[in-house]
Amino acid sequence: MKLIPCPICGERAEIEFAYGGQAGLVRPPPTATEAAWGAYLYSRENPKGALRERWRHIHGCGRFFNLTRDTVTDKFIP
Amino acid sequence: MPDALPPLAALARRGPLDRASPVPGVTLAPPMRRVALHGDMSFYAGIPLPRTPLRAALSDETAILWLGPEEWLVLAPACDNVVPGNGSVVDVSHRQVGLHIEGYRAETLLNAACPLDLDLDAFPVGACTRTVFGKAQITLWRRDAALFHLEVARSFAGYVHALLREAALEFGAG
Repeated sequence: MKLIPCPICGERAEIEFAYGGQAGLVRPPPTATEAAWGAYLYSRENPKGALRERWRHIHGCGRFFNLTRDTVTDKFIP
Repeated sequence: MPDALPPLAALARRGPLDRASPVPGVTLAPPMRRVALHGDMSFYAGIPLPRTPLRAALSDETAILWLGPEEWLVLAPACDNVVPGNGSVVDVSHRQVGLHIEGYRAETLLNAACPLDLDLDAFPVGACTRTVFGKAQITLWRRDAALFHLEVARSFAGYVHALLREAALEFGAG
């Protein structure tokens, strides 16, 4: 079982969490171009290595938080 | 007239598991007042809200369970009224069903479908948290070393009880 470090509850089982995709996406202003909106909605990084991610401890404290995960080893990077 | 509360009625018909050692017993908790608290609150009915994550506060017969930042669940006697507070205070008495899992190896029975570390060092008496049991979300509170209080949405109560019974077969429950 994979353990995910929640900043409040500590290490808990993966099935208690919801994945939120790539972290740090900034919503463009309403006046932004179609290309900017397209990039915001559909373009995601797909690195071989460290990826900053959004997680939510949905079956726990409910808190949203960010984590860095290595997509090669599937381990979290402190 | 259709059965208004099928999961509860089913639980009552099935009754408790065999309480004789070494099989952990599962019983339906008595009716109680449940209050969901949200917001930047400090007290409920004069009782200080627990600020330490994953810990419950017990005052007389009223327990206040920390569920998340600025989120608590109050378990009080059924005769208690809901007290207004400095945040969102919602009576959820009928939303959930309480189950008591009690006895030797109660934590082993729970671990059949719950991924939490229930060792006394990791989850001591007074600890509480939301977690999962099989496919159902539950709130688990350790009232004593060998007594767990499990809160589950009433629509999942039959499922959780059935899964507990099935897990108890391993301990020789009939």
